[in-house]
Amino acid sequence: MIDFLQLTIYGIVLGSIISLGAVGLSLIYGILRFPHFAHGDLFTLGAYMAFVVVVFFNVPVLVALPFGVALTALVAVAIDQTVYRRLRKVKPVILLIASVGIALILRSVIQLVWGSGNRVYEAGIQMPHLWMGLRIQNDHLIIVGGTILLVIALHLFLQKTKVGKAMRAMSDNSDLAQVTGIDVNRIIIWTWIIGGGLAAVAGIFLAMDTRLHPVMGWRLLLPVFAAAILGGIGRPYGAIAGGIIIGLVQEYSTPFLSPAYKPAIAFALMILVLIVRPTGIFVGRKV
Amino acid sequence: MLGLIDYAIFSLCIVGIYGLLSLALNIQWGMTGLFNIGIGAFFAIGGYTSGILTSPETTAHVGGFGMPIPVGLLAAMVLSAAIGLLVGLVTLNLRADYLAIATIGIAEIIRLILQNEGWLTGGVRGMANIPRPFEQITGGQFEWAFLVMLIVIIGVVFLALEAARTSAWGRVLRAVRENEPTALASGKDATRFRLEAFVVGCAIMGLAGALYAHLFSFISPEAFEPMLATFLVWVMLIAGGSGNNKGALLGALVIWAIWSGTQILTGYLPAELATRAGALRIILIGVLLIVLLVTRPEGMLSEESDRRRDRRREEREDLKD
Repeated sequence: MIDFLQLTIYGIVLGSIISLGAVGLSLIYGILRFPHFAHGDLFTLGAYMAFVVVVFFNVPVLVALPFGVALTALVAVAIDQTVYRRLRKVKPVILLIASVGIALILRSVIQLVWGSGNRVYEAGIQMPHLWMGLRIQNDHLIIVGGTILLVIALHLFLQKTKVGKAMRAMSDNSDLAQVTGIDVNRIIIWTWIIGGGLAAVAGIFLAMDTRLHPVMGWRLLLPVFAAAILGGIGRPYGAIAGGIIIGLVQEYSTPFLSPAYKPAIAFALMILVLIVRPTGIFVGRKV
Repeated sequence: MLGLIDYAIFSLCIVGIYGLLSLALNIQWGMTGLFNIGIGAFFAIGGYTSGILTSPETTAHVGGFGMPIPVGLLAAMVLSAAIGLLVGLVTLNLRADYLAIATIGIAEIIRLILQNEGWLTGGVRGMANIPRPFEQITGGQFEWAFLVMLIVIIGVVFLALEAARTSAWGRVLRAVRENEPTALASGKDATRFRLEAFVVGCAIMGLAGALYAHLFSFISPEAFEPMLATFLVWVMLIAGGSGNNKGALLGALVIWAIWSGTQILTGYLPAELATRAGALRIILIGVLLIVLLVTRPEGMLSEESDRRRDRRREEREDLKD
C-alpha cells in the first residue's frame, strides 16, 4: 500500500510536468492545426535558459525560472514569425515537417553550446521529508504546487481575458472567430507565448526532478502527445487530466515493467484511446 | 588511389541504401501523403531481423541461425511490413497527424528495445559478424559486387514504383491524398489504399535496413541513430521532389553529398570544437530543410513535371488511336 502511495506521488509529479507541456501542445494544435513536434525541445530550451541564469548570476533556480520562461517564449514567437508564419498558407502537414526540422536544430544548438553531458542546477542530494512512511522531496512540492498555480492562472486567462476568449474561439471554430474580427496573428503570438512559456516551466521542473540533458525534452514528447490526445486535442483542461493520467500510469507500471519502458506505456495508452475513443476522453477536435 | 576508389564505391553503396529509403518514403509521403517519422524504426527492424537470421551461431544474442542472405532480406521485408500493417490498421483511418505521432511512438519503442533487450539484439554492444554477400567469391573485395546488386535492387524497386505511380492504383493514391471525399465518392476505400501504400513503403525500408546490416557487417543502436537517419531521408525526399521517384533518388545523392561535405568542413574545426561538430552538421541540414520548405517546397524535380510528361505521352497515344 505504501509503495502504491509512493508511486502515486511520483506519478503526480511526473504528470504535472507532462500536463504543462500537453496544455501548450493542445492549444497550439487547436489554434494552428498542427502537432508541434518541436515542443519537447522547447522544454529543453527552457531548462537550459534557466541554467544560464543560475550559473551567471548564481541564483537559485526558482529565481531563474521567470527568465527562462520569458526567453523561451521569445524564441518560440521568433520561430513562429520567421518560419511557421511563412508556411501557414500551405498544408498543415508541411508545418509538421518544419517543426521536426526546428526540433533537431534546437537540440543541436543546445548540444553545440553546452555539450551532450548531464548537468544539474545545484549539486548535492536533497534529503526527502518522511511523512507517514512516504518520501517527499521539496522539489516535488514545488513542482506540484507550481503546476496548480499555473493551471489556475491559465484558467482565469482563458475564461476572463479578451485574448483568452479569442483563443478558445479560434480553437473551436477558426473561420467563425475570424468573422468576428479577431486579429489572428496576435492570437497566434499569444498562443506561442503561453505554449512556449509553459513548456519552459515543464522543462525547468523536469530538470529539477532529474537532470539537464539535450534530449530530455524530446524523450518526453511521446507522453506529452499521449496526454494531449487522451484529453482531446484542443481541450486545455482535458490535456491537464490526460497528463496526470499518463504520469500515474507510467509510474504504476514500474513494478511490473522495466522503468526504461515508461514511454511505451504512454504510447500503449494513447493507441488504446485512438482505437476506442479517438476524440479523447473530453471530446476534442473531430478526427 | 585504389583506396579512394574503394571509398567512392562504399559511399555509393550508402547513397544507394538512402536512395531506397527515399523511394520508400516517396510512396508513403510523396504519393499518398502519409507522414512517417519512424523510418529509422523500420530500417532497424529490417537490419536486426536479417542480422539475427543470417549471422553465424553466437551466444551474444538470440539466433545466429546462419541462414542464407536472401532469406534474411525477405524476412526483413516481411517483418517490417507486418509491423507497418499493425501501425497502419490502428492509425490510418484517423487524421494524418495521428499517424505521425504513432510512428514516433514506434521509433521510440524500437529504440528502447534495441538498447534494453540484450538477449535479442546484443543491446548497446550491437550485433557483429553479420555475413557480407559475395565475400567468398570476390576474396574480401565485396564492395563492387554489393554495389552491382544494390543497383539491380534499386532498379527493380524504381521500375515497380514508376509502374505503380502511372497505374490506376497510383492515381487513386494521389486522389486520396489530394481530395479524400472525392475518392470516397467514386467508391474507393481510402483507408485500404493508404494501408497498402504504407505497408509497401515499410517493406522497402526493412529491405534497406537489412542491406545496411550486410554492408557494414555490424549494427548497434549507436550506428543506427534512428532520428538522424529519419531526418536525412526526409530532407532527401523534399529536396529531390516528393512525388517524383527520380527526384527521390537524386535527392538522396545530393543531400548525402552535402552531408558528407559538412563532415569534411567540420574536420577543419579546432580540436576542442570537433566533438561538437556533429551538432553543427545537423543544424546545417536542418536549416537547409527549412529554407527548402519556404523557398522551393516542390523540390529539384517536381511531381508536376513528371505528371506533365505523363499527360503528353497519353495525349500522343490518344492521337495515334
